[in-house]
Amino acid sequence: MTPIISVANLSKTYGSGFRALNDINLEIRRGEIFALLGPNGAGKTTLISIICGIANLSAGKVTVDGHDINADYRAARSLIGLVPQELHTDAFESVWATVSFSRGLFGKPKNPAHIEKVLKDLSLWDKKDAKIVTLSGGMKRRVMIAKALSHEPQVLFLDEPTAGVDVELRKGMWEVVRALQAKGVTIILTTHYIEEAEEMADRIGVINKGEIILVEDKAGLMQKLGKKRLKLYLQQKVEAIPPALAPYHLELSGSGCELTYNYDTKGERTGITSLLSDLRNAGIRISDLDTSQSSLEDIFVSLVRAP
Amino acid sequence: MNFRAVRAIYLFEMARTWRTLLQSIVSPVVSTSLYFVVFGAAIGSRITSVEGVSYGTFIVPGLVMLSVLTQSIANASFGIYFPKFVGTIYELLSAPISYFEIVLGYVGAAATKSIILGLIILLTAGLFVPLQIHHPVWMLTFLVLTAVTFSLFGFIIGIWADGFEKLQMIPMLVVTPLTFLGGSFYSVNMLPSGWRTITLLNPVVYLISGFRWSFYEIADVSVGVSVGMTLSFLAVCMVTVWWIFKTGYRLKN
Repeated sequence: MTPIISVANLSKTYGSGFRALNDINLEIRRGEIFALLGPNGAGKTTLISIICGIANLSAGKVTVDGHDINADYRAARSLIGLVPQELHTDAFESVWATVSFSRGLFGKPKNPAHIEKVLKDLSLWDKKDAKIVTLSGGMKRRVMIAKALSHEPQVLFLDEPTAGVDVELRKGMWEVVRALQAKGVTIILTTHYIEEAEEMADRIGVINKGEIILVEDKAGLMQKLGKKRLKLYLQQKVEAIPPALAPYHLELSGSGCELTYNYDTKGERTGITSLLSDLRNAGIRISDLDTSQSSLEDIFVSLVRAP
Repeated sequence: MNFRAVRAIYLFEMARTWRTLLQSIVSPVVSTSLYFVVFGAAIGSRITSVEGVSYGTFIVPGLVMLSVLTQSIANASFGIYFPKFVGTIYELLSAPISYFEIVLGYVGAAATKSIILGLIILLTAGLFVPLQIHHPVWMLTFLVLTAVTFSLFGFIIGIWADGFEKLQMIPMLVVTPLTFLGGSFYSVNMLPSGWRTITLLNPVVYLISGFRWSFYEIADVSVGVSVGMTLSFLAVCMVTVWWIFKTGYRLKN
């Protein structure tokens, strides 16, 4: 299946000389939820802005459903809905008017039934005549989502959509996102909440310093997450790991007083019982132990901290 | 052509006019009426006539032009500056709409408002002085041409401005003085020759002169020159707007 979005050799250098994106190559699959993670200033918003037409690219090519974002911008943009990070709203407009305006801007004929459905899905129907200035932050965020959905996009960009949104509302938003995906809408989201990416995304991409450093299926990442670590604190220092323990691939640390064993919780056997038995046979006594599991956040942090 | 988008922008901007009716229509009409009272009735009664036309009647085209110029700039500059200020410009830039269509929506709405305002002021003037329009088609042509040209100019100012102070700067420090010195309240022929030559460097002179000619067939410069100068300024504004969108100046990073 051809990707819905294809980014090839994309670079962006600002007038100041700052290189925000460096030779980005990325393909977004049709109908997936793709989470783009990265620290502040990594280039997430710049990448989204270029794809959506808000910023100019310096080099490379981007297509949306085969349409070049520059040469065939009308076809490309008409497929995209964007919910930007900041709450940009027309304060003195009513919810209904601003959402209808967005639909018109995208060249779609009036469809009050669709607008009504979008507002109801986002629990905004009872506020349809309210001026945006009177709404809470969470409601304004939903208005922005409603505007992005007003023209029935095939691709929805959500740039930090749940920033500053309470837990209940956040869950409601994700329900909407899942419903959109069920209808075939491709969703690209950036978020600081890694557990959200873990819960929602089909694939995860990590961007840092303007470069994509990882794109992987969530299932693949979860396999990494399945790895656990058993740390053994020894009563006495050992100079080297005995050859009999070689099959366990232990790591010796803490000046010879700690052993680390990595194992797979989803495997048939963890090997912990036999390891403890072999340690006793080798004359190594244990004073304490603990286990830990690496999270997506750990992987993310280690990736972005890598030189 | 994305007509629905142009229509959406146009109606959105027009809706703002009706929401701010006092500021958009009533306020300029009241201000202009005061000009008629002060210059037309109070001072004008001491001036018998200018080039064969009573002073009160003489200043009508200038006053209409004064309002059309300033309101065209104010409407168009605010119309595009406000989305930049509140950030909703992202929606315009990410929509499947050409730059020409964006300009058409904003400038069309700003020019419409100015033309409506100009006609209201003209009707108001009719309450104070007897009006005669010798060339109504030319009068409307000058009105539309001026409204469109200065709405484009206002659009440029709105893109250029990065603060409310800058938004006001050009209209207050450049356009208003040029309008007052452009023959709104006097004939350029009344000036000493040196000042007259300097005044002819003011583009507003040509707009007011042509507009006044359509009313009374009296002009400071020939009608052809007036039309030519107005079209030249329109062309300069169009090229500038084209360059803004081509380069993304103050719009795109």
